[in-house]
Amino acid sequence: MASSTLRNPRRSSRPLYQKYLRFSNGLFMGLCVASTLLILAILAMVMLYLLSRGFTHISLDFFTKVEIAEGMAGSPGGMSHALVGTGILIGLASVVGIPLGMLAGIYLSEYSSNSWLGAPTRFIADVLSGVPSIVVGILGYELIVVPVGNANGYAGALALAFIMIPIVARTTEEMVRLVPNSYREASIALGATKARTILRVVLPTASGSIITGIMLAVARVAGETAPLLFTAGASRFMTFDPQQPFPSLTVAIFLFSTGPFKDQQQLAWAGILILIGLIFLLNLVVRLTVHRVQSRRFAGA
Amino acid sequence: MKQSVMSADGPPQRAIDMSGQAMPNRSPRVQQSIHGAGEKRRAPSLGHLEAVAEDESTTVTHEALETESPVVEIDNFSLYYGAKQALFNVSMNVPHGKVTSMVGPSGCGKSTLLRSVNRLNDLIDHVRTEGSMRYGGMDIYSRNINVIELRKSLGMVFQKPNPFPMSIFENVVYPLRIDGEKRKNVLMEVCERSLRGAALWDEVKDRLHESALGMSGGQQQRLCIARAVAASPDVLLMDEPCSALDPIATAKIEDLIQELKGEYTILIVTHNMQQAARTTDYTAFMYLGRLIEYGPTLDMFTKPRCRQTEDYMTGRFG
Repeated sequence: MASSTLRNPRRSSRPLYQKYLRFSNGLFMGLCVASTLLILAILAMVMLYLLSRGFTHISLDFFTKVEIAEGMAGSPGGMSHALVGTGILIGLASVVGIPLGMLAGIYLSEYSSNSWLGAPTRFIADVLSGVPSIVVGILGYELIVVPVGNANGYAGALALAFIMIPIVARTTEEMVRLVPNSYREASIALGATKARTILRVVLPTASGSIITGIMLAVARVAGETAPLLFTAGASRFMTFDPQQPFPSLTVAIFLFSTGPFKDQQQLAWAGILILIGLIFLLNLVVRLTVHRVQSRRFAGA
Repeated sequence: MKQSVMSADGPPQRAIDMSGQAMPNRSPRVQQSIHGAGEKRRAPSLGHLEAVAEDESTTVTHEALETESPVVEIDNFSLYYGAKQALFNVSMNVPHGKVTSMVGPSGCGKSTLLRSVNRLNDLIDHVRTEGSMRYGGMDIYSRNINVIELRKSLGMVFQKPNPFPMSIFENVVYPLRIDGEKRKNVLMEVCERSLRGAALWDEVKDRLHESALGMSGGQQQRLCIARAVAASPDVLLMDEPCSALDPIATAKIEDLIQELKGEYTILIVTHNMQQAARTTDYTAFMYLGRLIEYGPTLDMFTKPRCRQTEDYMTGRFG
């Protein structure tokens, strides 16, 4: 405590106000801590519940067998077809969605300053990333599944890509914007073209946060059910042909959990746990690699 | 071409009194342009200096510059940021193989002029230029010029050290990388030569593959010089290269400038008058977007011909 002679006499004459300041200061921090704890508690409860319901039903069969119809020997089988299906769907969606989204993001950040196209694109991207995914599913159904004649993997992948693009575009834009302009100037002044500056300096500098953003988009679509329900449809077979109805973990979970059979419902619980585990793993791996790369790049900064 | 005002008299040749009236020894042309200066915008604190700065469209260029062969010729160059004019009819020749400094109070257009030479102002929207600027006989602002090649010939060092977030090695060889050079031995050779040229080799030769951002500010700035030199330019443009550095790092950069002199033509913007006096051959004094006086550094400090130059050099304002 500072000696009273050092204190501003005007302030020290208002002890009640000092008390109020201390109280409100503590109250604000208390509210923040309490909210954080509440969220953590809810998350922990959900995870524990999932673990208790699903963990006992995870077996080797889950990863090796496909769905076996009720009443047949070995039912309910496993979800290997759905795991592979989700993997392929996400892969295809990424191949389409990530480059398109990134290029659009780069346009927004680096090229649109003089164009009338920038602001509307940004706005539309924001609106699109808020569109309910069921809408995307119906759209994919109308535009692809109906003309083709059957549900198919490509339609599902495109629907997922459609969800990814605005997210990836906006993340890329924001992250590329954060790159200091002095890097661009240095590169341009050395005689680099704008494209080379972007590819060699700007993108590598922002790569860590762009990759994190992309992975969040991938994780988001990995858990989507509604757009796949109408586009990829469902399949109980292991398939690698995206022209056919395509299995996915989320749709399989949906069908199993809403069905009447106890053992399939239990399989669905296991599936949910695996899905969350996969997303968790994906994030962890990306974060660790990004951290390693970044720390080498920015060491000492 | 530029208008030189020859004078045998000592400074200050164009002194005027506080009321804005011309003194008896003024040339008629200058006298004429004094009238009408009063109505223009006027910064009240600068008093009589303002009158001179506002009306002068001519630059006092010392005769010594006429014996030099110019690398960059700036002729009646004006630049606008949107509606705001930042440079007013600047005419100056940057002599080959010499160190030329540009001094003047903040916002006088020194950096803008420097960034106009390698057309870095292209990156800013709504910039418009008038007049001409020539490098090696080519019009820098002509439609046909290859800006990329131009910038490779005009290396630039910035106010704040701006190494890329890459290894020291990759920073130095960046100019070669963008040309698609992949041969390891060529890259290594240029890297060593450039780092030696920037007096940095001995300090970093054991950690070429560590991040450049782990270096000290002074080392980073010398790395930026090495990077500029690696592109083998003719001219080095330096925009207050020492303003973010401590005195020891500044001294090293100044030594480096002395070593680079002759091999490169150096155009340097500085706020540090001692630095200009110590390291440069010629000095240009700019004020409010105009080039006021341009001559040998020694003369600019000891016998300037304009009152404003004298006042600024002696620290009376700015």
